[in-house]
Amino acid sequence: MHFSKDHEWVRLDGDVATVGITKFAADALGDVVFVETPDAGKVVTKGDGFAVVESVKAASDVYAPVSGEVIEGNAALAGAPETVNADPEGEGWFAKIKVSDASTEGLMDRAAYDAFLATL
Amino acid sequence: MTDETLKTTPLNAAHRSLGARMVGFGGYDMPVQYEGVLAEHRWTREHAGLFDVSHMGQCKITGGDAVAQFERFVPGDYAILKAGRQKYSLLLNAEGGIMDDLMAGRPDHDGLHVVVNAGNKDADFAFLQANLEGDATLTVLSDRSLIAIQGPEAAEVMAAHEPVLAEFGFMDCARLVLFGVDCFVSRSGYTGEDGYEISVPNADAERIWNALLKDARVKPIGLGARDSLRLEAGLPLHGHDIDATTSPVEGALTFALSKSRKERADFNGADRILKELADGPARVRVGLSVKEGAPAREGAEIADMDGTVIGKVTSGGPSPTLGRNIAMGYVPPQFADLGTDLKVIVRGKPAAAEVVAMPFVAQRYYRKPKA
Repeated sequence: MHFSKDHEWVRLDGDVATVGITKFAADALGDVVFVETPDAGKVVTKGDGFAVVESVKAASDVYAPVSGEVIEGNAALAGAPETVNADPEGEGWFAKIKVSDASTEGLMDRAAYDAFLATL
Repeated sequence: MTDETLKTTPLNAAHRSLGARMVGFGGYDMPVQYEGVLAEHRWTREHAGLFDVSHMGQCKITGGDAVAQFERFVPGDYAILKAGRQKYSLLLNAEGGIMDDLMAGRPDHDGLHVVVNAGNKDADFAFLQANLEGDATLTVLSDRSLIAIQGPEAAEVMAAHEPVLAEFGFMDCARLVLFGVDCFVSRSGYTGEDGYEISVPNADAERIWNALLKDARVKPIGLGARDSLRLEAGLPLHGHDIDATTSPVEGALTFALSKSRKERADFNGADRILKELADGPARVRVGLSVKEGAPAREGAEIADMDGTVIGKVTSGGPSPTLGRNIAMGYVPPQFADLGTDLKVIVRGKPAAAEVVAMPFVAQRYYRKPKA
């Protein structure tokens, strides 16, 4: 699993990336009450907002940690947004993206991400 | 990570030791949440929540002309307000716009105890200081903190400390000794629940806060839940749902216009306000039930069924009690009837909404049985 400085995670399986927000991000948001995930077919560009996550207080953009075409948004989050808090790096995934470049360049591994969090 | 430009309340260290997440609000470093907004919201609806609202402004206005002078800037009849009662009112500018909303209590015959919003307090107090005439003196009570206890178990919790508080009705107030010090207490709040607001000396705030938290029925509640609670209760937040351009008629706050004052037309902005009462305002604050999609928050456009934008949401979000999204905003009066179908536009997507009555969640204030 790899991580972005915007607190998204990426798990690559061949050229398909499963992406979501990190436990740190989910904890910082607090209770998640609404998630808007992208539809299949949507083309996303690394760094651009591709999903929205809302707590009681506010809506926040989720930035794509990779570029590619969405093959599936996590429809289960519509009815159970609290999954993002309960299991952010598992069942709380946001989308599966067919990546245009299967490299993790610019992303951090777990150790580097933990070190990054320690600087915040 | 404290922003050094922010002021702190005497309870700042207590919030931090409780693990609160702190944010800037109204110029103060305040707790937005402790264990989580949803849990705190529900705890307040079911038990008793404790709130630090010391960022709010408190003053007293004393002197033989205190009530008459105060009345020049608010549309409420304070002259007939009995000692021991408190009344909600609005500080109006010359155009009838709402400079602030406030609570003014008359604990005894010696003037008024006034509580105003944090973000407006300096301006409010300066305005009143500059405009009060005759024998009326405003004293800013910066030596006082304000603690609110709200929820269905608040009365039992407080009665254990001072039995007479159980006999207060909604909006009763008094100066009395609590926890060994002089306090000003009113049975009121900003959550729609029964409860009290307690003005205490700064030096005693942390001791009293901790004493109340010892009760298992009481948990600390942050500003996040305070906002979702007041939204459910249909209570406007100044600077968002009402502001200096909004009249009391537009703001759906005509209950704050006392009959005698309307007859005398002797308050700031009376011309505009009485004209709006007679002819209708250009826009009015309504409650909206958002029936699909994302929460509609401040700034979201409101459209009619043809897609024409007719107004804006001024606050909104999920209602933890109702399990759906609610909002308040302004629409022209022809769209304000209960049951009117409208759209709210969130991130470019129109979603079905309906005009509904406020409060969204029934208020549970304690009314004394008639003697």
